Amino acid sequence: MTNVSMTVNGRPVSADVEPRTLLVEYLRENIGLTGTHVGCDTSQCGACVIHVDGKSVKSCTMLAVQAAGCEVTTIEGLANGDDLHPMQAAFRENHGLQCGFCTPGMVMSAVDLVTKNPDLTDTEIRDGLEGNICRCTGYHNIVKSVRAGSNAMKAAE
Amino acid sequence: MYEFNYHKASSVSDAEQALRNASDGKIVAGGQTLLPTLKQRLASPSDLIDLGGCSELCGISVDGDTVTIGAMTTHAMVANSAEVQSAIPALAGLASNIGDAQVRNLGTIGGSIANNDPAADYPAACLGLGAVIVTDKREIVADDFFTGLFETALDEHEIITAIRFPKPEKACYQKFPNPASRYALVGVMVAKMSSGVRVAVTGAGADGVFRVDAFESALDGSFSASSLDIEMVHLPDLLEDIHGSPGYRENLIRVMGKRAVEACG
Repeated sequence: MTNVSMTVNGRPVSADVEPRTLLVEYLRENIGLTGTHVGCDTSQCGACVIHVDGKSVKSCTMLAVQAAGCEVTTIEGLANGDDLHPMQAAFRENHGLQCGFCTPGMVMSAVDLVTKNPDLTDTEIRDGLEGNICRCTGYHNIVKSVRAGSNAMKAAE
Repeated sequence: MYEFNYHKASSVSDAEQALRNASDGKIVAGGQTLLPTLKQRLASPSDLIDLGGCSELCGISVDGDTVTIGAMTTHAMVANSAEVQSAIPALAGLASNIGDAQVRNLGTIGGSIANNDPAADYPAACLGLGAVIVTDKREIVADDFFTGLFETALDEHEIITAIRFPKPEKACYQKFPNPASRYALVGVMVAKMSSGVRVAVTGAGADGVFRVDAFESALDGSFSASSLDIEMVHLPDLLEDIHGSPGYRENLIRVMGKRAVEACG
């Protein structure tokens, strides 16, 4: 067992885990943050996307030990108390989800995407979400949500 | 995933030492291929040695006509680097189309080259541009580095530290990606160097990346897409799998090669 410490959503956390523990397992099973989902577990679907030191990564394809000492943000860390993050609110308002399983990853990818480039075309949004798969919506409303979320984030600055 | 011991190396020499001390050690760079491989239990190293803490391996520098990229530089850093975009736009473009945004945030150039997947993009960039692979022990030209399917000239305890790319007069990489995996079904790098044209193909060779001599001499004669309407003599064995036959891939080499020449202008 190895002691792995990091900062998750601004809170220092620590747990003894085996080196082979995936970051997503660490977050869900050791830290109890189950908002990050495991979909395919093969780095295809993007349900497990979180931010590590400000960059979106697939937490099923990173070891917890690799993230030791890092600043991690999960879907639980986006909202400010009861106030949803503008991107979360945009997904709700634009019906950007149906079953919602892929949504935590979609939102985390979208926040990283629009933070890097706030003026994206719809094509660029679709390309930027290449690593996230949704089996319900057909993506139309996801793109709409990301566009609205991007505008709301700009307005909030 | 089988159990393993984990070491976070603080420097290249620290990593090399850990590799020597391990009974069956394996270097992890970005882990975007290695971790899925471990999860499928296709590999069972005794020790995983993580280069993530070796900051000296990360970064991009341009010196005259040479672009040097540290082995731990991520695909996203190469794709977004203003220096690479200006010196070798084909290389920045290639990096921007590897995997997806999340894979590009973790995956590294050194890891990709050391793995030498027959469908990876970076081997075509190295071979096409005539790069030099710098290790902790020596320098290896790309022509000698890629030796077979997932095989390279690296010794057992040798670690890639950087890749040096000469600036081409012009170059373009065209890839026909598998729509599901985004790996190259065929990817062609065409580079007009001061020493002549180089054409490297990934995704198609049964033994990995290779150069197309016939295309190179034809383009040396006349740098135009129509020059590639020739027979590709001396092609190596081409891959045959559920995604495409050798004949299909051979045709794609010509199509992607022509597109690359046209895009070079």
